[in-house]
Amino acid sequence: MSPAPILALILFAPLTAVAGCLVTRNARISEYLNLTAAVIVFAAVLRLLPIALAGPYTLWDDYFIVDALSAWVMLSVAAVYLLASLYAIGYMRQLDKPSRLHGFYALLAGFALTMLLGPVMNNIGVYWIAIELTTLVSTFLVGFERSREGVEAAWKYIVIVSAGISLALLGIVFFYWAGSLHLGPSYNLTWSALRSVAPQLNPTIALAAFLLVFIGFGTKVGLAPMHTWLPDAHSEGPAPVSAMLSGALLNTAMIGIARFINVTDATHLGVMPRTIVVVIGALSLAIAALFITRQTEVKRLMAYSSVEHMGVMTLGLGFGGPLGVAGALYHMLNHSLNKSLMFFGAGDAMHAFHTKRIGRMRYVLTAMPVAGVLWIVGALAITGAPPFGLFLSELTIMRAGLAGPNAWAVFVMLVLLVVIFVGFLNHFRAMYFGESPAAEAAAVPWRRPPGTAVWCLLPMWLALLPLLALGLWWPAAISHYFAVIASQLGGGLSP
Amino acid sequence: MLAAHLPPLAASLFSLLAITSLLLAFVMLGSRWLHEYMIAFAVQSWLIALLSAAVAYYGGYPELYGIAALTALFRGLVLPYLLSRIIRRLEIDRELHELLSPSASLVVGGLLVVFAFVVSTHLGAALGLAGTVAVLALTVMLSMKLIGFLMLIVRSEVVSQILAILVLENGIFLGSQILVPGMPMLLELVILFDLLVVVACFGVLVRYLLVHAGTSSTRQLTRLAG
Repeated sequence: MSPAPILALILFAPLTAVAGCLVTRNARISEYLNLTAAVIVFAAVLRLLPIALAGPYTLWDDYFIVDALSAWVMLSVAAVYLLASLYAIGYMRQLDKPSRLHGFYALLAGFALTMLLGPVMNNIGVYWIAIELTTLVSTFLVGFERSREGVEAAWKYIVIVSAGISLALLGIVFFYWAGSLHLGPSYNLTWSALRSVAPQLNPTIALAAFLLVFIGFGTKVGLAPMHTWLPDAHSEGPAPVSAMLSGALLNTAMIGIARFINVTDATHLGVMPRTIVVVIGALSLAIAALFITRQTEVKRLMAYSSVEHMGVMTLGLGFGGPLGVAGALYHMLNHSLNKSLMFFGAGDAMHAFHTKRIGRMRYVLTAMPVAGVLWIVGALAITGAPPFGLFLSELTIMRAGLAGPNAWAVFVMLVLLVVIFVGFLNHFRAMYFGESPAAEAAAVPWRRPPGTAVWCLLPMWLALLPLLALGLWWPAAISHYFAVIASQLGGGLSP
Repeated sequence: MLAAHLPPLAASLFSLLAITSLLLAFVMLGSRWLHEYMIAFAVQSWLIALLSAAVAYYGGYPELYGIAALTALFRGLVLPYLLSRIIRRLEIDRELHELLSPSASLVVGGLLVVFAFVVSTHLGAALGLAGTVAVLALTVMLSMKLIGFLMLIVRSEVVSQILAILVLENGIFLGSQILVPGMPMLLELVILFDLLVVVACFGVLVRYLLVHAGTSSTRQLTRLAG
């Protein structure tokens, strides 16, 4: 069966929602339009998964590609989009900006659309444009609250990411140039064309081009030292937007890095590109560990945790092999679910305590009994504690690393993960169980505005339960899925 | 490839246009006045349009005439117009507190060009293209990239930052005209259009910055750290 009609549905649903929100200009209708689009997208992506397994399919003049990898990334995007759309209904009603809410939902659906476009782009230049579009749309979501900090974050975000991603464009031009020496001056630069010409590419040019695209898309992924926009953007946007940025957007740029690693495997560069990837991944973990331990704001804490997990995924892709690819992709889905839960919990806590500062949040369980429990369980999961999915994926990535030439990185990763475990959970210990007589007297259960509780709590359950299931049980279907992706990604270096 | 075997006249024409574009990047680097940056950018865009047309003529790529016309229109007229609107709204017409004085940034810019030249010579030699116009195109491309980043670092006015990003893009566009003239037309069109959207987005954000942060200097954006 051709994936074309399903892909068309996936792209048209959010597009219709954007148009609907802009035409009706009504907050209530926009909420439900966006939610409907998110449900349709999620259902359609689930249907697409088994079809994509038989791929890769190229559609519509080779501009689109549906393969197992792109379907998997779309799954994480669709899951976060659905969760964030549910949570946004509860969260945004508390913000008291009803006259601008239709604009918010139009942007949110548009943001989802650009993120769903990225993974299925077959032409590398068009993929670059899709990633650039995600920036342009999400900038306005980051600055949506129009606070001084929000606008500052939006500005830093668009300037740093645009400048960074222009390096990726330069790298793509280099790849095109190097390929044109063998394929003739005019050809279609698709992923498969680049991969097939890779063995003939001049290694010097290929290395320069790979470094440029890795730094460029790495900026978008939030790898250190190009991560500086990430904590600002993630902490200043509304909580559902933070979840979308962290759980979905970063993955759409990560897929580009995965595909470029696949290309350089086929060049005559040996292990060097993978070592570079591993070093940057380990550096991201180190930077995240430092900033997590000393963090004072709750959403920035979550943001640095995203830098950490992107580092872990980068390590998995850098280690490579069937285990490394499987670990990185499993980690991608787990992180998307888990980080959505964490940002939703942070959003609730910010509304309950009217502050972002960790130091002023005390006795969380008294203030928000249900959301508080979900949030702290999520915190255990995100630091890699068993029995949740992230434990399993991190373990898989370490096993992959031990088998490869960069085994030193496994030990670095292990130490840093322990530091992050202690540092991250220490903040939660203070927020939940820290002693403070004054705060204890002041702690009262937080009363949500009517009609928002179910919208806020439901997505937290929906994120946590699959996360637990994925940690206890790695379904055979998923293993098969990863095996297919790993074989399409080449499964390692060519001799 | 085209750049490897050009008639001497064409090669010198390409070199002239590329080097003049690079000089205009230095004009931006050496000035404090936002208005001068903008004019330098507009002229640079016109030169790149001329370059596209020259490549179309000597290389036999008729579709590049269309790209040349669109470059002149969008990069040479529409973008400067949008920018001049932003500048007028700002009521500020020069850089006040740059990190490096214009003269010092000229020196640093010169060093960056030397670095770009070394890298390009190395890359050109690896491909057996030493001494051709391809090396020059690479040098100009990388230099404009580095100069754009330098401007991003040392200049703090929002307009300077937008122009710095546009210089980054101009560098890529200039180099790709010479190195990969056969790049699919659709891609170049979309990138041109994308640039227009980028500048429009920047324009809206500048307005937010003025209203909600009360400043047009990124040096004042210091609330978020750590």
